[in-house]
Amino acid sequence: MELAASERAAPFTLPARPAVRPKAIVEQADSTTGEPAPGGTMVEVRALTLAYAEKVALKDINMDIPRHRVTALIGPSGCGKSTFLRCLNRMNDLIDTVRITGSVKVGGVDIYDPALDVNELRKRVGMVFQKSNPFPKSIYENAAYGPRILGVRAKEALDGIVERSLKDAALWDEVHDRLHDSALGLSGGQQQRLCIARAIAVEPEVLLMDEPCSALDPIATGKIEELIHALKEQYTIVIVTHNMQQAARVSDFTGFFLLGELVEFDETPGIFTTPKDHRTEAYITGRFG
Amino acid sequence: MSALPSFRSGARKGALGRLWRSGDPFIWLTGGALAGCLIMVGGLVLLILVNGLGVFWPTDVVRLTLQDGRVIIGQVAQREAIPQPGAPAGTPPKSRIKIKQGNRDLYGNDFVWVDDDQVANRERPPEAIVIERREWGNLYGVIVEVRDGGRVAATGPREGWDALQARLPQTARISREILRIEKKDIGDINYAQDRIRLRVKRLELEGSTAGPQIERLRQEQAALQARYQEKEAALAELRRSLTASVVVSAAGDKAKDLSLAQIERAYYPNTMGVGGKVAFYLASLWDFVSEDPRESNTEGGVFPAIFGTVMMVILMSIVATPFGVVAAFYLREYARPGTFVSAVRIAVNNLAGVPSIVFGVFGIGFFIYVVGGGIDRLFFPEALPSPTFGTGGILWASLTLALMTLPVVIVATEEGLAAVPRGMREASLALGATKFETTWRVVLPAVMPAILTGLILAISRAAGEVAPLMITGVVKLAPALPFDGNWPFFHLERKFMHLGFHIYDVGFQSPNVDASRPMVFTTTLLLLLIVLLLNFTAIAIRNRLRKKYVSAAA
Repeated sequence: MELAASERAAPFTLPARPAVRPKAIVEQADSTTGEPAPGGTMVEVRALTLAYAEKVALKDINMDIPRHRVTALIGPSGCGKSTFLRCLNRMNDLIDTVRITGSVKVGGVDIYDPALDVNELRKRVGMVFQKSNPFPKSIYENAAYGPRILGVRAKEALDGIVERSLKDAALWDEVHDRLHDSALGLSGGQQQRLCIARAIAVEPEVLLMDEPCSALDPIATGKIEELIHALKEQYTIVIVTHNMQQAARVSDFTGFFLLGELVEFDETPGIFTTPKDHRTEAYITGRFG
Repeated sequence: MSALPSFRSGARKGALGRLWRSGDPFIWLTGGALAGCLIMVGGLVLLILVNGLGVFWPTDVVRLTLQDGRVIIGQVAQREAIPQPGAPAGTPPKSRIKIKQGNRDLYGNDFVWVDDDQVANRERPPEAIVIERREWGNLYGVIVEVRDGGRVAATGPREGWDALQARLPQTARISREILRIEKKDIGDINYAQDRIRLRVKRLELEGSTAGPQIERLRQEQAALQARYQEKEAALAELRRSLTASVVVSAAGDKAKDLSLAQIERAYYPNTMGVGGKVAFYLASLWDFVSEDPRESNTEGGVFPAIFGTVMMVILMSIVATPFGVVAAFYLREYARPGTFVSAVRIAVNNLAGVPSIVFGVFGIGFFIYVVGGGIDRLFFPEALPSPTFGTGGILWASLTLALMTLPVVIVATEEGLAAVPRGMREASLALGATKFETTWRVVLPAVMPAILTGLILAISRAAGEVAPLMITGVVKLAPALPFDGNWPFFHLERKFMHLGFHIYDVGFQSPNVDASRPMVFTTTLLLLLIVLLLNFTAIAIRNRLRKKYVSAAA
């Protein structure tokens, strides 16, 4: 917690948000005072097992992801952390041969319940991908895509939402005078921040980030890490990263994955200074991975 | 170094080997092949251009006096060497010329061959006039006098020309008015009368032979008949006012008294300067694309063929594109991969290789007989046994061609869909959009350039196909356009004219081959230009879309 506090940048002051989304799954408590919300698990994972055809990718994962905190998932390549992340918003459903057992509850709601509308889930659990993938439309249209799906049509409302999300993503100053230019003309770091803006435009409760800085240079990476600090106050963030220093800088909690298993899950200072499992220690000290 | 095994022991040694390995011969080969293709295409286009564009240039009129005293007046059409097989080496080459002497009603044939050594005297008389006529082709000769209302108004070439110039505009106006009354007014009346006849017949079929409805229809019929009489009277009046005529003396002591109403255009080519000839050329070119054909398609313009071709291509695009795009979307996005989908894909690809005449036969068998026959029985029973939709027409021809070009559209769209990056779809789904919303808002705009590519290929293929059209609705001469001012405006059951078929008809089915051969090249050039124009429009739209939706792989 101290690590996170000393690293925390000056908090952004967020402008008032126009109401854009329907009733939230859970009440948001104490999010504007800057005080950490008292406890609370946002995502509860129990006995999650995932297999592609015959190959088992995730074995019996149990995890409690706390609300309004940044949780980092680290581990060597191919250990299943991205697969796990995609389970949280059911993006693995897009793959035909996948079989999932166990339960995942977001805000108390079982997301693998057959009666649940998957699209509603994805509006509440947003995702930012490793390779930035803005739509081949204008910057404005990219940010306005989510709200349009939600049914917002009035120009003033859309303008407000676009401005708010671009400001929250620390991109407004750079693009406010060329909102209708193609998004593909932005640099890599700007595109990734646009994808973050696009994801937070629908005000999800959880933000999943799959190695968001792996394709970026250190300066752009730094900007996005500042962003994550600021967003933490409103969103629960789960970030997958192969960069241990980034995990140490950015996150409050860290989970270490190895070969499809969750080896250890603890507060970040604990993992990095006093790991309990020898495999965690081996990975952190660089003996493999 | 010498201890190393010789890796190159298998390859060619020496200068030749070095040359081959450097890659230069391959570059020359590829460049040469491309150059060969360009030369062939360029040569074809040049051949068509030269032969096609020269047709309307007003060449000088020559007056040949032959050794035997005959006089021939006309325009030189062609010169060729007389083949002399078996002549000893060193004999000078002989040639002959083809003269277009016109005056088919006086001489019987338009063209005559004259050996060069038969010509005794050759001159270009300035008073030789060329008159393009409504019937019987061109008239070559010298003006003797101009008559008007029974008396002589002018004599001699110069005065006659002035008198002609004074009267021609008026005559032309009256002729156009006559044509308009005949084609439009009387045509509309005939059309309305026919519809009433059919409505009466339909009521009779339903069982009622008397009653207020039938009374009303019969009254309308009587009113139309009265209007028809009026128009006929007006026509007679107009025709009576056309009294002027010109007397022209032709070679061989023949003379022709030609009514001014028959004259399309008259000119003295030997006295026209370059400026005059250029103006004449441009005017002829415009007439070619805007007028109706005359003289069994060997003269006049090709406007109905242009109209028919363009309308058919547009109809075909409207039908083929949505079907093809939707089918490609299903195959690529929604169908579960498996043997069924693979089989469908193979079938679609094979469809592209089926000969076009087979599509024509399918068009007749299914569209015309089954579907058209069904429509006739259900909706137009009063017209039977004369078929409305149960015979060839622009609708069935367009549908046949749409079927033929469907595989092209499907394949092009599928390739475009495969090229849409997966990340784009995932990003949209991760925001909570349904698959349909993703397809509609993200994928479809991104795949538009590929769809337009498919459309361009389809247009190129369909605009040139003639075989399936010949049996599903194209005719040599159509009495009316498929689109006019009468309800329901689009008459999709009508037969139409087509440029490709026009080329075939004019080049190979014409009664007067010499007169029609130049038209073949010009019509070919026109068809090429129209296809190029359609393609360029589609390419321009595609480039604009591409700039907007730059590939996300960048």
